[in-house]
Amino acid sequence: MNDAAATPRPTRDLDFYLLKEEVAAFLYEEAELLDQRRYTAWLDLLADDLVYFMPMRRNVKAGEHAARENTREGSDISWFEEDKWTLAKRCEQIMTGVHWAEEPLSRICHMVSNVQLLEALPSAAAPQTVTARSRFLVYQNRVETETYIFVGKRTDTLRRVDGAWKLARREIILDQNVLLAKNLTVFF
Amino acid sequence: MARLDTDRLVDTRNGLISRELFVNKDLYQQELETLFTRAWLFVGHESLIPNPGDYFVSRMGAESVILSRDKAGGIHVLLNTCRHRGMKVCLYDEGNTTHFTCPYHHWSYATDGQLVGVPQYDTLYPGMDRAKWSLIEVAQMANYKGTIWATWDKDAPPFLDYLGAAKEHLDLALDCRDGREGGSEAFLGVHKWIIPCNWKLPAENFCGDTYHNPSHRSVDMIGIGPSARSGTKGRRDDELKGAQHVWVSFPAGHGIHSAIQPAMMPYAEAFRDTPVIEEYFRHCYEERQRRLGEKSRLLPFVGTIFPNSSYHGRQPRSICMWHPHGPESTEVWRIFLVDKDAPAEVKDLLRHFYMRYSGPAGMTEQDDMENWNYATAGARGVIARRYPLNYQQSMGAGKDDDPVAGHVSVQITEENSRRFYARWSDYLAGRDWDVLMGRRDGTPRRAAAE
Ligand code: FES
Ligand SMILES: [Fe+2]
Repeated sequence: MNDAAATPRPTRDLDFYLLKEEVAAFLYEEAELLDQRRYTAWLDLLADDLVYFMPMRRNVKAGEHAARENTREGSDISWFEEDKWTLAKRCEQIMTGVHWAEEPLSRICHMVSNVQLLEALPSAAAPQTVTARSRFLVYQNRVETETYIFVGKRTDTLRRVDGAWKLARREIILDQNVLLAKNLTVFF
Repeated sequence: MARLDTDRLVDTRNGLISRELFVNKDLYQQELETLFTRAWLFVGHESLIPNPGDYFVSRMGAESVILSRDKAGGIHVLLNTCRHRGMKVCLYDEGNTTHFTCPYHHWSYATDGQLVGVPQYDTLYPGMDRAKWSLIEVAQMANYKGTIWATWDKDAPPFLDYLGAAKEHLDLALDCRDGREGGSEAFLGVHKWIIPCNWKLPAENFCGDTYHNPSHRSVDMIGIGPSARSGTKGRRDDELKGAQHVWVSFPAGHGIHSAIQPAMMPYAEAFRDTPVIEEYFRHCYEERQRRLGEKSRLLPFVGTIFPNSSYHGRQPRSICMWHPHGPESTEVWRIFLVDKDAPAEVKDLLRHFYMRYSGPAGMTEQDDMENWNYATAGARGVIARRYPLNYQQSMGAGKDDDPVAGHVSVQITEENSRRFYARWSDYLAGRDWDVLMGRRDGTPRRAAAE
């Protein structure tokens, strides 16, 4: 995966660590809402102009990863490239009770770790926009013995709106080539 | 391995199909040996390999093949296995290269498959004729309007004969929306995922199982189509409203579902969320009517080109390969199609719609996956397998060549599936091409396994 190495890291001071803790708390609370399927509250955490993007991953030659490993946002077919409206539709569909891919509901557990604060603008002391990277492990158990484990990285942009953080962008890098699941009914 | 008598398992006269077809390991192996080695299979799209040296690694049956464009621009389909010890010669999904150099002992093949490099050839292999050790190439390949098809059987009929009258339906997926021939290309990004189901269930579903509509109720309730934000429910817009649906089976085993308008109808709005895109499709529709005249009344829905290549002709316009991946496992690959010269905003809207509709992340198809998964599991039981499945829908309701070529039903039917499995059985019994092409009857269908 190509890295945001070009961005200078924010200074490691008290403001930085407080903000990092705040971002981590946001991500953990979000995971809690998803696992409890409190979708209305979860959707409230999303900015109206949210971009939710999950590319497909290809096996490519060394040296070609930056250019070719992932399908491209804006032009290629990916697993997800969508907005808040579409995510809201997915929530609505799951709650119809006749969406057979999630009926009966799967048991889903989100683990979020390795939270890194990559950027805070204009500053960690008075942040309006932050970029954070984390790792995820999403466990899904369905019907009786069906089990899927999705592992990967996320890069999130959070924006301060009316005193609260909103998720404005999420890029999900699932560490799989052929998808080892019949469906992607979980949120990442 | 003793060959199973598949005619006993496929009883089309009584509309009974044995559950063995969906779980039996011997049948699966028999399919790999007798069906996937002979039938024409979809391999990819030429737009995935536009330049000399471009390659896209695909599959035929359970085996890896390289769709390659050689340095002169010719297209080849090559088995992705070294002639020396069998190592994969191409480890990547796609790219551009001058050679496929085997990682193991470095035998090296040109992009047309010729063996061109053998380390220490003069000393270690005096007299070996390198020309005899090229990568194994398919017996026949066809480029039909950009779609690449191949077969391992040199005696198979040419692709267009194999396609037969299903051509006019597949054309509806491949031709431009305004009626010009061909002109479609694949979006980059190929869906690949694994369904715990037998490959025949999705292949059969795309033969025209319109009866499974109720399984998509959740997506119909919420509405996800290109007019959904303007309040239209359903998974897409109903552009086929008022048309006569037809389910057509063809001698080679293909089954399709299309629709015929009663007359040259005015454009039915289907992109109400985005007026400029609605205008574009209105223009295409009217242009198509002008170009094709009465023929424009035929509109596409879905179809399966026997055995495992299915298309969606309208939205989400795509071609799927249901690769066998074990008796109870299917590896699905799908490419999505769009008119090459469609405006950028049209491509963008379609791309987003395709993604939310199709595949494992698609709100419509997720429910199909669940059904195919547990239908396969439901064929596993010892007791369950004593009871064949009911394929008796609309028995005898079809007619030949009316109003289109092929065996036609104007009501929802399982006739396409019955004929699909009858042909499947002919392959597994090792019958000749006259039978496989429906030029001569193979054997009467006997009673299903008791
Ligand atoms: S296996 Fe390919 S060179 Fe030996
Ligand atoms: Fe379906």
